[in-house]
Amino acid sequence: MLDDFMTRATLAGVGVAFAAAPLGCFVVWRRMAYFGDATAHAAILGVALSLTLEMSIFPGAMAVALVMALTVTLLAGRGYAMDTLLGVLAHSALAFGLVAVSFLSGIRIDLMAYLFGDILAVSRGDLLVIWGGAALVVALIAWRWSALLTSTLNEELAYASGIDPKREQLILTLALAITVAVAIKVVGVLLIAAMLIIPAAAARSLARTPEAMALIAAAIGGASAAIGLRAAYVFDTPAGPSIVCVAAVAFALFSLLGWQDHRRT
Amino acid sequence: MSLVKVDNLSVRYGANTVLRHVGLTIDPGEIVTIVGPNGSGKTSLLKAIIGATAPAAGTIRKKPGLKIGYVPQRLHIDPTLPITVGRFMQLSHRVDRKACAAALETAGVPDLLGRQMSQLSGGQFQRVLLARALINQPDILLLDEATQGLDQRGSASFYQQIEAVRAETGCAVLMISHELHVVMSASDRVVCLNGHVCCEGTPAVVASAPEYRALFGSGTGGALALYRHEHDHDHDHDHDHSHEAAE
Repeated sequence: MLDDFMTRATLAGVGVAFAAAPLGCFVVWRRMAYFGDATAHAAILGVALSLTLEMSIFPGAMAVALVMALTVTLLAGRGYAMDTLLGVLAHSALAFGLVAVSFLSGIRIDLMAYLFGDILAVSRGDLLVIWGGAALVVALIAWRWSALLTSTLNEELAYASGIDPKREQLILTLALAITVAVAIKVVGVLLIAAMLIIPAAAARSLARTPEAMALIAAAIGGASAAIGLRAAYVFDTPAGPSIVCVAAVAFALFSLLGWQDHRRT
Repeated sequence: MSLVKVDNLSVRYGANTVLRHVGLTIDPGEIVTIVGPNGSGKTSLLKAIIGATAPAAGTIRKKPGLKIGYVPQRLHIDPTLPITVGRFMQLSHRVDRKACAAALETAGVPDLLGRQMSQLSGGQFQRVLLARALINQPDILLLDEATQGLDQRGSASFYQQIEAVRAETGCAVLMISHELHVVMSASDRVVCLNGHVCCEGTPAVVASAPEYRALFGSGTGGALALYRHEHDHDHDHDHDHSHEAAE
């Protein structure tokens, strides 16, 4: 069954969607949407470094994404507003990454594959990395769920309950770096943030509790991956963007429904 | 033994020292109110006690296993975060539905379990915060201007609720308030803070202390202090009239 490239691609997409869903909820709740972008853009630098050192791109992308996320966390609140800081770091990391890639003469690399992902080329080994990473992220968030939620609602409330919000932020940062690293091959650097945010945002109008929102986001993300890939195959469109388009349509649909519900009550 | 013992505490933000050599002890079952002008370090003191701000000097000792119920000044819930009152109540501890309902009842807002937090009025919201703080049977309740955004009747009834809770559960209460006239009558002890402890004692003692009058009696202390004094423009007499003004 895994011999079929479409099956492998679908499994990869669904794996990424599952990891991105609960993480994406926190990204949305904490207004960190741009944080995902910044971490993802930094990962292209990691890809360049990995290729230079002739190693697999996963550890390289993961390391740079992590360094980026930690830098942002450390610098936040030291004179620059978060969005300025993220804007500076995200775009410089992407620029440095692209310049670094250009030095890699001799190695022929398809940069488009990393910017937009190349889900159809996912191998069995990639699948293992993706599902391993996704399982790790889901386990990490499930384990820290209530501490993360309390810290997200109010830092003082967290301290008073004996939770250290800084540690929880670090866990979130780590989970984000892992997700970015495993998702690069599937949706690419430019669309990772979309997979984080769009399913979570689409789930908002259907959910009454935080847990429900995470589960619905996972369902929307997984379905978007499956339907998007099918559509890409049928209409011969690029796979990563097609997945994101399906998620975006789901967002529009559910938002409209939620809006109508709201008007009725 | 006392629940919380703050000794010689100093708190600094960068070069700015907000608290200097503060000492404070909270005993079981007492209601202590911290009053002080804006920027006097009231919130910093509370943050230091819950561990959100590291002291620059001094110590904060808490009774081992002390359970703190904290009601923040305001709690902003992002509109993207759906959460029912019932779910909010068991944020950090799993509690059964009956305990949730009982805590809401104690806080004066029964029958809200299934509502979204975003649909609550200001008064209901603050009472749900109070209920959440009470659900774990805390030894001490910390309230940071918990009646912000409530009208005068709302906040008066909120403080009556606090007294009722103390009578029922025996927990100590440490609260910050600028609503002097309401709070003074409900407190066992008042601490007047302005970077350091200016004076402390029973409400009557503090209200007549010259340090307190220097802060609140002569026009710089804010509208409520002025309100309290507009009934009598003689600031130099020495009997306590805050209770009459409040009633």
